Amino acid sequence: MATSDSPNIKKLQVRRYPPEENPKKTYLTEERGLWAWMTTVDHKKIGWLYLSSIAFFFFVAGVLALLLRTELLTPSQSFITADTYNQLFTLHGAIMVFFFLVPSVPAALGNFILPLQLGCKDVAFPRVNLLSFYIYVAGAIIVLTAIFTGGVDTGWTFYTPYSSSAAGGNIMMMTFGVFVLGFSSILTGLNFIVTIHRMRSPGLTWNKLPLFLWGLYATSVIQILATPVLAITLLLLTMERLLGIGIFDPAIGGDPVLYQHFFWFYSHPAVYIMIVPGFGIISEIITTFSRKHIFGYWAIALSSLAIAFIGFLVWGHHMFVAGQSSLANMVFSFLTFLVGIPTGIKIFNWVATMYKGSIDLKTPMLYAMSFLFLFMIGGFTGIMLGALSVDIHLHDTYYVVAHFHYVMMGGMVFAFLGGLHYWWPKMTGKMYNEFWAKISLLILFIGFNLTFLPQFVMGSLGMPRRYFNYLEQFQGYHQLSTWGAYLLGVGFVIMAVYLFHSMRNGKQAKANPWGSRSLEWQASSPPPLHNFEHHTPVIIHGSYDYHKPMSEFQLGIPTSHNGHGEEETVTPEPGPAEEADK
Amino acid sequence: MAQPSLSVKKEKPEHHHFVDADQQFEASKMGVWIFLVTEILFFGGLFAAYIVYRAWYPELFIAASDELDVFWGAVNTVVLISSSLTVAMAIRSVQLNQIKGLIINLWITISLAGVFMVIKYFEYAEKIGKGVLPGAHYTYDGVDHEKANIFFSIYYMMTGLHGIHVLVGISLMLWLVWKAKKGHFSSKYYNPVEGTGLYWHLVDIIWIFLFPLLYLID
Repeated sequence: MATSDSPNIKKLQVRRYPPEENPKKTYLTEERGLWAWMTTVDHKKIGWLYLSSIAFFFFVAGVLALLLRTELLTPSQSFITADTYNQLFTLHGAIMVFFFLVPSVPAALGNFILPLQLGCKDVAFPRVNLLSFYIYVAGAIIVLTAIFTGGVDTGWTFYTPYSSSAAGGNIMMMTFGVFVLGFSSILTGLNFIVTIHRMRSPGLTWNKLPLFLWGLYATSVIQILATPVLAITLLLLTMERLLGIGIFDPAIGGDPVLYQHFFWFYSHPAVYIMIVPGFGIISEIITTFSRKHIFGYWAIALSSLAIAFIGFLVWGHHMFVAGQSSLANMVFSFLTFLVGIPTGIKIFNWVATMYKGSIDLKTPMLYAMSFLFLFMIGGFTGIMLGALSVDIHLHDTYYVVAHFHYVMMGGMVFAFLGGLHYWWPKMTGKMYNEFWAKISLLILFIGFNLTFLPQFVMGSLGMPRRYFNYLEQFQGYHQLSTWGAYLLGVGFVIMAVYLFHSMRNGKQAKANPWGSRSLEWQASSPPPLHNFEHHTPVIIHGSYDYHKPMSEFQLGIPTSHNGHGEEETVTPEPGPAEEADK
Repeated sequence: MAQPSLSVKKEKPEHHHFVDADQQFEASKMGVWIFLVTEILFFGGLFAAYIVYRAWYPELFIAASDELDVFWGAVNTVVLISSSLTVAMAIRSVQLNQIKGLIINLWITISLAGVFMVIKYFEYAEKIGKGVLPGAHYTYDGVDHEKANIFFSIYYMMTGLHGIHVLVGISLMLWLVWKAKKGHFSSKYYNPVEGTGLYWHLVDIIWIFLFPLLYLID
């Protein structure tokens, strides 16, 4: 098939492979049954395993949030005790961060989409991929056991000395569970980096790499560099409780601020683990539904890496009032402002992509636009919190809570849901009900703002976070916030109903329902077990070249063996052969 | 990157989702290297704790390090460096398709790792015997410093974590011997041997940092 003319130019004989519509054999129809699913090494099924697990934890932590908000309807005790309240907000935070936000986009959507966008059959290490899922499950079981054998009330940050000596409950088991969980995240990141480096299809050069993959790549780099530090921190904390090693505990000679340095060295980059892949999703959605080449491809790609890099240098902004030197405070404050630059670059490029595009307001696009709105509020309030004098006033108030939720829920969760609605037809082969999807998005959008906008106000008025009781003057804000939270709950219930309905009775999805040029849409919906069953895709255009005809995005060379062990000899079928120079 | 894999005749990969054996070899090697990076950061946290406490209490580190036995530490260093040589010889053997040499070299490496752990055991036992325990359980009064317990916490965490890595290395090499006896490896496929070798070098290098930092401070 391949002949070499000169060392650099290789001529390939390629054929057009339009994706099969209504495929009979898909990854869902092969290798069926519970056992096959639990032992699968197929990245698509592992993506589903992750997706169902994170949906479960999102539900659990969401219910906890509703309980918290219900308790806060009245200034004094409403229906739970203060101790229970402390445990609930700790669990809400810890479960949302470690069990939902961190694995949500990379491990669930990323697992499914990454090999499809690269045009390979699977990730580089499929068994490691499955192992990482079971490490996640093991971590989850340990954490759930910890909850049922005493609970934890330290907040998701496990600050010493409270966590090392004072607090009751089963902190040791909890931190050990999160320690275990970290390895799942590391293995996913490792797998993705190797896959992106080594498994790209012919012609898929770095400057044609889809922006979702650039996002995942930057995320994976953070995962492998930051997560081990969390692991050692939590191991030290576990040992602190088990043996009293005294590195963090002032009672035995240790230093509690050192713990905060260690913890935030991971946990600040970790918020970029959560948001950067979301940026990738937004890039894909905006360009697909504007039917226009992405504006500033390299600016968006490199700003992801820039965020990953700067994200490692800003952890000190969590400790402005913890007794850091004022020089350190100034440096960390300055570096924190720097994060705004690559983030701003992204926002401007997305808006510029939409400018004069042919915008189609389908559900994923509406999610992306909500993301732009909410994430900008989250981002700007983050800059305000990065300013030293302002932070001293706002530190540990509801303002921080609102900022964090605007970034993580308004930004990350909306991007995740956008991605879920964008790739849903590919993952299930079914369409969801567009009308109910829009209704649910509207409810979520209103409910979200109703929940968290009042928190900015009461935070700036001095309402501290994590308090069980509060002054009566804050009751109005708290009640607004609680009603907003209920509305959010309603929105998610509607979403669950129409998504389940779509899985069972949804309309059959076309292979490329959105008319995207990206490679994952050139596999059938849902894809076959080995993604591109009969060929290796060959890429000649970037995945955002909407000015090129669709036929030029469906090229491939016949594969000699499609994954079933024995070598088969394949003669290229007669058909319209095309030649591609690389 | 993927282009070379298109040429006509290539070795078949061990796992079917790779295009060919070269791609599989490169991928698994890169995976191991990235894993080693995570290991360095994992230990990096402990090194950071070491740096912070040594900067705060330099006299503590000088006083407490006298309690460690330089002779046995040095013996262990030689033992580990020799084992790095033998694991490299194991890789060389499998590259030359000498499976017998591979197995012998692996056994030598395993034994050296075992010697390391035995010496470490006697060092620990001696310290625990005289009350040098980590943190809160510290009862020894031979070091005249109120934070002596912290030095030994760091000592136990660093060497303990390193010891666990040695044990993991031993089990990996036992697994390699088992696979090699079943004829799993040849000069065409030896990715796990290569990967374990890289891991073992890292375990060695970490010890080369631990030894002077803990034993040789004056």
